[in-house]
Amino acid sequence: MAKRAAPEVNAGSMADIAFLLLIFFLVTTTIEKDKGLLRSLPPIDDTEVEPPVIRQKNLFTVNINRNNQLLVEEEEIPISQLRQAAIDFLDNGGGTNPAGQRCDYCKGNRSEDSSDHPDKAIISMKHDRETTYEKYMDVQNELVAAYNFLREREASRLYKQYYPNADKVFTAMLEEKDKNQFSKDEVLNDRIETIKKLFPMKLSEAEPDKK
Amino acid sequence: MSKFRKKDKGGLPAISTASLPDIVFMLLFFFMVATVMRDSTLMIENQLPSADQVEKLQKDRTIFIYGGKPSDMYKQFGKEPRIQFNDAFITVEEVQSSVMQGINDLTEELQSRVVIGLKVDKNTNAGLVSDIKQELRKANALKVMYIANSKNDDL
Repeated sequence: MAKRAAPEVNAGSMADIAFLLLIFFLVTTTIEKDKGLLRSLPPIDDTEVEPPVIRQKNLFTVNINRNNQLLVEEEEIPISQLRQAAIDFLDNGGGTNPAGQRCDYCKGNRSEDSSDHPDKAIISMKHDRETTYEKYMDVQNELVAAYNFLREREASRLYKQYYPNADKVFTAMLEEKDKNQFSKDEVLNDRIETIKKLFPMKLSEAEPDKK
Repeated sequence: MSKFRKKDKGGLPAISTASLPDIVFMLLFFFMVATVMRDSTLMIENQLPSADQVEKLQKDRTIFIYGGKPSDMYKQFGKEPRIQFNDAFITVEEVQSSVMQGINDLTEELQSRVVIGLKVDKNTNAGLVSDIKQELRKANALKVMYIANSKNDDL
């Protein structure tokens, strides 16, 4: 019997397969991008000026001890309640700001024993040296979340009409600012500043005690 | 010898290599996309904590400081959490000068907007972080980003 030559494999579609794979990987691979919580540290203050007296009711103390237990206003609470506690404190609006205005956008209880005005409300956080970084970040995250929640609420009250489709108006505004970083949009920047001023982030961190 | 010589049998026909470039390019592209360039080798364990209120990091103006326990390969450095900057372990006192040097390496217009990226292992003591922060205040590099993995529970 005559031997037949092996038929040549048609390789014409190889390129298509290759491109298919290439596109698949292009779509599914995410380039890792770092994300995190952005915070500003206070500058070192060498002046001998007496710090202004802050009334106890305008101070929200958060303390994490060495066993990673969370103490808020001297009471131990689970971390799941921290966000709401912080929101209640910031949003209380029981009195007036330094300029004598009442907080007309606050929706809190207006209790006498909690903060006067978001301008005056200060969250003070303290941790032990032995606290784990993970717990520390959890607490930071919840406190930042409280501010973000309130800012979102105000942004959606004031500027919802410009972002009718956005679920989170403040996030949408920040994203837009990020996109137009080469062409400054004064109106947008003003709006973001307005929101930030309504709930200024006053989050102070005390240094852990040295042993 | 016959007039009609039969063609050579036997020898296999050559496999077409026309698609070889495609395959090579595919691999090339894949690795180009998937590779994350690392500037420094990590000598510490670095499991980042997670957070959901995260913001994006602008890489051009960031100086990274790593913190954590030395990993298994670098056991000779002990078990206590250490600070790593670029390729070397530094002490707390050296943070300030290292950061200053890092700032000097940035382009001039970004120097004033420098952000310090803290990549700290989640099992580290927070005391180490506050030591670093104290040094950063001395170096007047006040913007700090605690790098975290994003939790996706609210998406």
